[in-house]
Amino acid sequence: MIYLELFLGFLRVGCFAFGGAYGAIPLIREVVLSYGWLEEETLTYLIAVSESTPGPIMVNLATYVGSTQAGLGGAFLATLAVVLPSFILILLITSAMAAVADNPCVKAVLAGLKPCITGVILATGVCMVLNRCRALEGRQPVDLRAAGITAALGLVLIISARVKKKLSPVKLILLAACMGLVVYGL
Amino acid sequence: MKAGAVTAVMAVTEVMSRPSDLGQLFKTFIKIGVFTFGGGYAMISVIENLCVEQKQWITHEDMMNITVIAEATPGPIAINCATFTGYRQAGFKGALAATAGLVTPSFVIIFAISMFLDHFLEITWIAHAFWGIKIAVGILIVDAAAVMIKKMKKKPLPLGIMTVSFVVILAADLLSRRISSIVLMTAAAIFSLGLYLIKEQRKAGKI
Repeated sequence: MIYLELFLGFLRVGCFAFGGAYGAIPLIREVVLSYGWLEEETLTYLIAVSESTPGPIMVNLATYVGSTQAGLGGAFLATLAVVLPSFILILLITSAMAAVADNPCVKAVLAGLKPCITGVILATGVCMVLNRCRALEGRQPVDLRAAGITAALGLVLIISARVKKKLSPVKLILLAACMGLVVYGL
Repeated sequence: MKAGAVTAVMAVTEVMSRPSDLGQLFKTFIKIGVFTFGGGYAMISVIENLCVEQKQWITHEDMMNITVIAEATPGPIAINCATFTGYRQAGFKGALAATAGLVTPSFVIIFAISMFLDHFLEITWIAHAFWGIKIAVGILIVDAAAVMIKKMKKKPLPLGIMTVSFVVILAADLLSRRISSIVLMTAAAIFSLGLYLIKEQRKAGKI
């Protein structure tokens, strides 16, 4: 029964995929390969596609596997299964949070967690930009075109914040796509 | 009589506002879903912009809390944020509307790719556009962190924890090692809780 297998397989991914998109990849790989839904090579390709299309990687993979295995119904079931655990968990936590938010121990834990996650996020962003600016071919240490786009986008963001309102993320992404088209297309 | 009319009007507006509330949530999270490239962190900027600054559905503090909770629970951060914001705004139905909105764009796009495009990334102009987008995503993540730092209390403890976790993750990446942020977060939580308990002990001792 492919529908049930899809549902259970991706329910497992949804339940145990801690640590964001990249933390989840080993678990997704294990599930997808063990059911024989994808081959190693297709999985690698799909991860690259997921990075280039909007939406969480887990959701993208669930939709793709469901669709190729059992059509629209399969895509729907697999996507539902991968989302369901975090949906339920967050509902429970949100309704419980009001009750524990004033507890001094909870406050102390959060006081440690918040700066930690801020540091993690900052480092993740810096790493992403640095890795993109490393040369693709490896002949030069720096991909000048990527560095140029980075400088231009950074300037636009800073200047727009100073002069008027900070450019919205949506506009920044669209601008970056245009820059990529122009700079790499020429 | 007047009071009755006012109550009636209020009841009607409340009922009227509900479906549009759900519609608003659904639409806004579709927009967020369309622009969520490269994993959860990039989306923090988009949510901060739309839900905190523009619509004012949640506060910056809420956003910070949900980011922490999202990291500590399974599932994509984006889903966690959508469920949380929707629930805050309009209860269970709101959570459903926001989460469905967030998932819809990627569902449609990937479904289309799985049907028609076997070699999506080999289309040159799409690849070029995405090289640009990936840089923007990195910048957005840095920007999200900058907003958090701006609003953080500038005391030695949070600044210290932030610096340490930044350096650890950066060093791990440069040395091509993987380190789980869960491990770091657990350490930070234990450290902060420990400090608090020691302080309490001392206070109790003095009295």
